[in-house]
Amino acid sequence: MISCEESGHICDKSQYHEATLWEKVKFKFHTLFCAMCKQHSKNNTKLTALIDKVKAKNLTSSEKNSIKSAFNKELDKHQ
Amino acid sequence: MPNHKIDPNKWIDLYSDYLFNYTITRVNDRVIAQDLVSETFLAGLKSMKNFKGEASERTWLVSILKRKVIDYYRKINSNKGKAEVRMSYNSDNETEGDWLEERVADPFDKTAEDQIENTELADAIDSCLSKLPKKQAKIFEMKTILNYETETICNELEITSSNLWVIIHRARVSMADCLQNNWF
Repeated sequence: MISCEESGHICDKSQYHEATLWEKVKFKFHTLFCAMCKQHSKNNTKLTALIDKVKAKNLTSSEKNSIKSAFNKELDKHQ
Repeated sequence: MPNHKIDPNKWIDLYSDYLFNYTITRVNDRVIAQDLVSETFLAGLKSMKNFKGEASERTWLVSILKRKVIDYYRKINSNKGKAEVRMSYNSDNETEGDWLEERVADPFDKTAEDQIENTELADAIDSCLSKLPKKQAKIFEMKTILNYETETICNELEITSSNLWVIIHRARVSMADCLQNNWF
């Protein structure tokens, strides 16, 4: 049986598809008995889903800023 | 038909998300989509005098973007493209963007609500991210949003991978807490 700490670590890794199969098995087994880790895993997965949703379709603020600075340079020349 | 005005000062704030959204579904690569959007704004600026005000600014920008996307595919496909019949509507820069306005429709935007929700969510994530400690936020962003490899981040910031995972874990817990109220 793995500890909650380890379970959390595996949960994080699997959010980035970096957990091995064996780790995932251990993690699943742990969440059978541990309601807290189960809830945490649910929240963690939801967080990933939310970020993916935005990431897929929106510009991040740093990307927007880089577009903006390139554009403003041209705009200054223009006016 | 109402006469639309053109004002490039607000373009980025108003349309960059929309145009990016439009592009990313067509080229499926963030960096390229970003470049195309950026080029579109610059091209729009250049050919501003051709804007007749018959369509809205956004429609007009989308029409430029459409052509940028087509050009992009032509370029990466140039060998195949040699065998194709090329059509060039406007070869000189003088009239760039001239014909497009009449040809592109601005269809009823059934994703408008999605777009608003998406923007709100993006803002929420941004504001939560800004509440994290700087280092956490930076690492979280590199890992989650920019999709850097664990190894790359570790090398760049000179931390060990277990270090990184602890930071990621803390960041994720705080982010989940922060978004809990409205988004879970």
